[in-house]
Amino acid sequence: MRIAHYVNQFFAGVGGEEEAGTRPELRRETVGPGKRLQALLGEEHEIVATIFCGDDHAAGHPEFAADLVARAQDEGVELVIAGPAFTSGRYGLACARVVTAAAEAGLPALAAMHGDNPGVGEIEGIPVVASGETARTMRDSLDRFAEAVKKVAGGEELTPEDGRVNPVPRRNRVADHSAAQRAVALLLARLGGDEEATEIPLPRFDQVEPAAPVDDPEQIVVALLTEGGFVPVGNPDRLESSRASKWVRYSLEGHDSAAAEEFESVHGGFSTQWANEDPNRILPLDVARELESEGAIGGLHNEYFTTTGNGTTVADARRFGVEWGADLHQASVQAAILTAT
Amino acid sequence: MLLCNLVSIAKRVGAPRIVPTRGIPYPTGDPDLGPDQEHAWRRELLERALHALSTPVTEPTVFEGEREG
Repeated sequence: MRIAHYVNQFFAGVGGEEEAGTRPELRRETVGPGKRLQALLGEEHEIVATIFCGDDHAAGHPEFAADLVARAQDEGVELVIAGPAFTSGRYGLACARVVTAAAEAGLPALAAMHGDNPGVGEIEGIPVVASGETARTMRDSLDRFAEAVKKVAGGEELTPEDGRVNPVPRRNRVADHSAAQRAVALLLARLGGDEEATEIPLPRFDQVEPAAPVDDPEQIVVALLTEGGFVPVGNPDRLESSRASKWVRYSLEGHDSAAAEEFESVHGGFSTQWANEDPNRILPLDVARELESEGAIGGLHNEYFTTTGNGTTVADARRFGVEWGADLHQASVQAAILTAT
Repeated sequence: MLLCNLVSIAKRVGAPRIVPTRGIPYPTGDPDLGPDQEHAWRRELLERALHALSTPVTEPTVFEGEREG
């Protein structure tokens, strides 16, 4: 298959941030990571063109993508691939635009980037295969990318087993057996001890290693955390009411209770009427202060963290968790109480 | 540790220490109670949270209260 490979200006060898305004360009050769990719693809598939653009130009001029795809089609390209973009946001977004433009032009397409790259969320129905977080993982990322390219070029659906990070689109097809027969077959499988058999796989979540218990709560600093969209009245940092892309932190110094005139919930997933009557219903600050003054806990961390856990992606939530853990660890906080709505 | 109402989801995503609460919109409250009783309920939840934090667990574990039915 004839392939066009999209990279940004950095991986095209044009330059770094100072060249991020580079205009879209096509070269009839492999460039940068495309060289190794070609070696991995063997002789069956040929990268006949490298298409590239500066990250800033790509971000500010969405039409660059259709332009590049049209130029690639002039070269007889049959498949468009983009990346790996790792966790680089603008590069990931550019890859998303290129593969989307390719699909709109009727070409199969494939992108490679880390699952946390915001570009993943910009791609619908087109496979995205995982890469590492940074270019240090280039070798492994290209190995996986090449395997995925071969599969997509062969007309096969890319699945999570191949490292696909975005959902496999559901497509209607005629099954070999009727629903009744399949249901009985699944029931028999279950009775036979197969707990996994299903036609509708649910998303899998990480296994969380439980932290060791604290020896003595009276000796430790405890933090309060919440996903209840819990902010000072007026929401000064504009925390989102759903699909939060960030978390925020606020001081608890001088607060003995979460007063209604000082705090509110902006969570969009439930009625905040009760939370806003008495914000201690979301962040139990009044009782935490009591426990602190009685010595039942060594101390209360002087700030709380919050986000809105409504429609938040697992990737974002994982990132928030890692950042909260690192931050609290740094502050010598030994336990955290997280309220969830 | 996690204070939440949707215990089944918390267990499924692997939260190690879970204390169940009474409603999604008010994890550490219960508007059906009078102010003093609600405060006592919140206190019980936090004491249970501290108990959970001091208890070794190897898998998602729910810490039910004695006063709960």
